[in-house]
Amino acid sequence: MATTTTTTAEREVVVSDLSVTLRESGAGEPLLVLHHSTGPLWTSFYDRLAEDFAVVAPDIPGFGTSARPTWARSPRDEAILLHHLLDELGIDGVHLVGLGFGGWIAAEMATMGHHRLKSLVLVGAAGVKPERGDIHDPLLAGYEDYVRKGFSDDRAFEAVFGPEASAALVELWDYSREMTARLNWKPWMYSWELPNLLPGVRTPALVVWGRHDRVIPLECGERYVALLANADLKVVEDAGHLVDLEQADALARLIVEFARPTR
Amino acid sequence: MFIGYFTERPYQDRRAEWYQRGEGVLDLELSNEVYDPEIGADLYNRYLDEKIYIETMGFDGVALNSHHSTPFCMGGGAMNLEAAILARITQKLKIVLIGNVLPIWDDPLWLVEELAAIDLISRGRLVSGWVRGTGRESVAHNAQSPYNWERYQEAHDFIIKAWTEPGPFKWEGRHFNYRYVNPWMRPYQKPHPQIWIPGVLSKSTVAWAAARRFPYVMLDSKLDLTARTFDYYREEADRNGFEAGSHHLGYMFKVHVDETEEKAYETGRKFIEGAGNLFLDGSRGVANPFAQNLPGINPRGNWLPTAEFFHVQESRGLAFAPPTAVGQGNVELEAPPTPAEHEARRKAIFDGLLENFSIIVGTPESVLPKIRHVLETVRAGNIIFWDGDGDMTHEDTMRGIRLMGEKVLPAVREMGRELELNSAFEVSPYTNERVA
Repeated sequence: MATTTTTTAEREVVVSDLSVTLRESGAGEPLLVLHHSTGPLWTSFYDRLAEDFAVVAPDIPGFGTSARPTWARSPRDEAILLHHLLDELGIDGVHLVGLGFGGWIAAEMATMGHHRLKSLVLVGAAGVKPERGDIHDPLLAGYEDYVRKGFSDDRAFEAVFGPEASAALVELWDYSREMTARLNWKPWMYSWELPNLLPGVRTPALVVWGRHDRVIPLECGERYVALLANADLKVVEDAGHLVDLEQADALARLIVEFARPTR
Repeated sequence: MFIGYFTERPYQDRRAEWYQRGEGVLDLELSNEVYDPEIGADLYNRYLDEKIYIETMGFDGVALNSHHSTPFCMGGGAMNLEAAILARITQKLKIVLIGNVLPIWDDPLWLVEELAAIDLISRGRLVSGWVRGTGRESVAHNAQSPYNWERYQEAHDFIIKAWTEPGPFKWEGRHFNYRYVNPWMRPYQKPHPQIWIPGVLSKSTVAWAAARRFPYVMLDSKLDLTARTFDYYREEADRNGFEAGSHHLGYMFKVHVDETEEKAYETGRKFIEGAGNLFLDGSRGVANPFAQNLPGINPRGNWLPTAEFFHVQESRGLAFAPPTAVGQGNVELEAPPTPAEHEARRKAIFDGLLENFSIIVGTPESVLPKIRHVLETVRAGNIIFWDGDGDMTHEDTMRGIRLMGEKVLPAVREMGRELELNSAFEVSPYTNERVA
């Protein structure tokens, strides 16, 4: 698996009495990346972004090694905590990228403070209910199976993780899904309120979806674009839900082109 | 000593393909389209009739349980109704619920009311047990699994308050909210029906039960692991400043008594046939490990000695079935066994269960030394015999009950006296004072 930690620095910041782990890399305008429900995993996608931005990648509170907000019940709680994190870091204008479940949190952050955002990128974001299909429910599947479902096919999974994921990864996924299940349950992976709040978000937004997303249907991306005031959709061919793992370079390129148009 | 009787009340349809096949039925994959209401009607009535007979034959109580969305237990959603009927059609039996799955109730005031009504109709014969449920129960009622333990505790606290303190009062908890609690019935027993806590796996539940002096009932668990779990209960009792006695301990185990050794063996084999509990040793079904290991349902590393035993691990999703067994509907066996191979394998499994006391079968005379061994090992004063399960017919069940009542129960009571095993109705678990 293509990972590197050589250029990243890790530190802990206290937010609302919770210790939050951050990984940072690169220089330039700050870009906050919110990870999937499967937990934090620094990959080549982050390295690629760090070539153009000062990447800030927190373990969302309760995930990875960040402390668990036992009281938190919704992605909106996380969104508020992450705004507090930006306050703590002294970051005002920020590019925001949310992946999957992290995309839902990013969308919530945008509804409550879009003036702070220079740009918003939602990649296969949860948060809105599909009108025709269903969001895949992993509760009755194994967590490794769930991650496999995140790729366009099994070969793509194996290209990243090998035939079987390592014990440490399986542990990470198991731990992460517990926190995810603390934050959403009924309904699973979407909000009834969020769609009503999205039209007020005027931040330039890019909605990116894998053509073969088997977790969150592409129509959710279309809904996001219709609901947000200023959004475009880009569909990445040869990718499933985990675009950042399956097409890391292509996704990073899209983000860089969108968020740094004048470079 | 308290001697109860238990069966999971399996749904039996001997004509059905899935029932005949048995092996490889994956938990939670069987559609209820195969449900036959005529069979359901017959079986609910049969199981109630059998409970009347156990009273006639001298058992002290009946234990009922509930598993949801599965053929191996017809008590899912029905247990409290069965208890209510038994409250009316029996006279002396204790009605022991093992138990209501507290975390899956969004409105536990219903439990306050229903259970109090059962206690009233039975004039104080209810024993109300709480369980946290297997993952299937949370799946069936879509209870948010990471809060299973919190909901369990809060529902318990709420129910006890509603039973014991005058209303109306307000309840503002993390999981349950009521602006007006004033149910127009109070339990017959004061301060409230005994609470027994059944379990197999969670250490935190044992500690919680001991902190409240609630009897803890181990269900069909391995003998040595049961004894070690009871040691843990005693340690917790010490920490809470009381001495745990046999009246604080319960044990449920499988015993089938029949007219001859041969008949006992052949009928006893039915324990592990039919729609028996997938989670139990010898089951023909396949547990669905991921449904049993819902996110956060059990704190990591907080398991009892029973967790060492593979089948319990598997039932809680702690060990993994082969990958082919997961998510592919009914499992394809590698090569279909011939009838003779199948028979030999089932027999070998059953013989293994007899050997390690998971199941005891025999004539009244031959089972007694084995029952004595169990009692000496676990030293529980509240025991529950488990019979009439799996593929056993009404006739098998009635024969077993009759022989138990005529010959086994009197001898076991004598053993209980000799071994000084007291029930929770003879010595109060709350005060350790003799009450009967």
